[in-house]
Amino acid sequence: MSKEQDASVARGGNARRPTVLVTGAAGTLARQVIRGLKADHEVVAVDFRYAARLGPRVPSYKVDVTKRGFEDVFRKHDIDGIVHLGRIGEDSSRESRYNANVLGSRRMFDLALNYGVKKVVVLSTFYVYGADAYNPALLDEASPLKASNLTMDLVDSVELENLANIYLWRYPELDMTILRPCHIAGPGVRNTMSLLLSQPMAPFLVGFSPMMQFLHVDDMARAVEMSFRHRGRGIYNVAPEDWLPYQDVMRECGCLGLPVPSLPPNVPATLSRLMRWKAFPSFLVDYFKYPVVIDGSLFRKTFGFQPEHSMADVFEHYRHKKKR
Amino acid sequence: MSTELRTGQPPGDAPPPPRKPVEVLERLLVPEDLEQALARLDRPSGSYDYDPWGLSIERSKLFVGLVKRLYDNYFRVTAHDLENVPPKGRALIIANHSGQLPIDATLMAMAMLTNPYAPRAPRAMIERFFPKVPFVGNLLNRVGAVIGDPLNCSRMLENEEAIIVFPEGVRGSGKLYRDRYQLQRFGAGFMHLAMEHRAPIVPVGVVGCEETMPSLADIKPISRLLGLPYFPLTTYVPLPARVSLYFGEPMEFAGEVTSEADVVARVDQVKDAIRGLIARGLSERESIF
Repeated sequence: MSKEQDASVARGGNARRPTVLVTGAAGTLARQVIRGLKADHEVVAVDFRYAARLGPRVPSYKVDVTKRGFEDVFRKHDIDGIVHLGRIGEDSSRESRYNANVLGSRRMFDLALNYGVKKVVVLSTFYVYGADAYNPALLDEASPLKASNLTMDLVDSVELENLANIYLWRYPELDMTILRPCHIAGPGVRNTMSLLLSQPMAPFLVGFSPMMQFLHVDDMARAVEMSFRHRGRGIYNVAPEDWLPYQDVMRECGCLGLPVPSLPPNVPATLSRLMRWKAFPSFLVDYFKYPVVIDGSLFRKTFGFQPEHSMADVFEHYRHKKKR
Repeated sequence: MSTELRTGQPPGDAPPPPRKPVEVLERLLVPEDLEQALARLDRPSGSYDYDPWGLSIERSKLFVGLVKRLYDNYFRVTAHDLENVPPKGRALIIANHSGQLPIDATLMAMAMLTNPYAPRAPRAMIERFFPKVPFVGNLLNRVGAVIGDPLNCSRMLENEEAIIVFPEGVRGSGKLYRDRYQLQRFGAGFMHLAMEHRAPIVPVGVVGCEETMPSLADIKPISRLLGLPYFPLTTYVPLPARVSLYFGEPMEFAGEVTSEADVVARVDQVKDAIRGLIARGLSERESIF
């Protein structure tokens, strides 16, 4: 049945539930987003890791977005919207990350155009702003993205944003929303920062304690859902109006501090490489030195978003986890 | 923006006995009147008492207490005409810079913090190399100083803050003793910000800081080696010169300008006001130490 026919059915009062494709479906954030969207959407889940089990009503695929088979998902399901949360993390090589996150995403955006998808939400990250000593506080969406200038390991993140930007402005028929959240943390989250705060001991750079922002994964899931449900083409930071220096965050999460010499400047990254610290990767070391504080007011105003969990709730989770 | 603050005790409650060494030191160093002045500051901040730039009144008490001791007993500061500082709302506090270290900014901030007319927690714009210096950058952020980026300044003015700016920058602080009390070239950035955000300018003349660390020469090879803007041949320990601060009447700069020359003319008006305040300070000064 074509979309026009669907619309006519809808006008007759027997509305077809719109179908949304969610990538990175095996992740905690995606699971929560799917739970929220399931009420009034048909959800199709894809992940490059494995076919996530999301209940009988949610078809789930293990798909590599760079491979030809990905188009079959579009052929099989009449996709109306995409929530693009899946990306390959720092475990993979720089090249495979670029292929999946940049070239794979481009392929997906092209498929979205070919198959008449109306709405796309892309999950980016605040890392794209780059940890620079001269960062002013409250970086807004127009601030330059310096990350790729500071480290090659974040090139794929910046490139994905640039690519999404091109589609956002070139194809007005694609209602595209790009979200740049601060640190997402809380139950089930397995990103670098969450891994770090889960450990009993967390490294810190001697003499540095940059301001940080944290958003509970439940709130982030709500933010993604809100941006998918409502029109709001553009780029948005997502962050609370709350801030805490990293060393205080460590204490709040019950972590003991492991001091890492910060001088000469290349010591921390070298140590991280030698020790193969997964939770303190060498290319993110500067984010523990200089603040990257973002201004989430545009998103709050546009979508009426307000976090329901405080940063204290986020830290409580990690403190509680250590006691168990 | 949330205004939940954790400073001060609820009225009527006896303060609990200090437990941590920091708390014991705070009790010793922070006098009651300063504690009260800090409690009166109703500053916007997050749930942990920090603002986005890293200022925390609660966490900077010890530093403020230490500075107050130096302010009263070492530099024996006299602050004139503090009623000229707007009790609230945005303002740019523009002063002459000197003394190799930002002692002038610290003493001006203390004068504004303990202003009997209306205490304010001023912000200061600092040099761009500070964030890279371990401990120092963090400490400066904690007490309200922020790198002198126009974006930071704009945001803070919109936040109704009072901001201390030295338009001379390193040209002023790093100058040699033989050039004391001679104003160096002023940048025009502060004037653009004042006009754009309709912020009054309070000119300040600082007398005494030139004598705290008189510099005989700039040792350029060392400053290049350390990546510092200058490395003075000086006493390295600040001398106990008496410092006088003269707060001038607020200046408003409304209306459009048609060229950068107009802006420079307005900058010169501020410069002249500061020059006048310095001359008054020097003529009223009875002794350097």
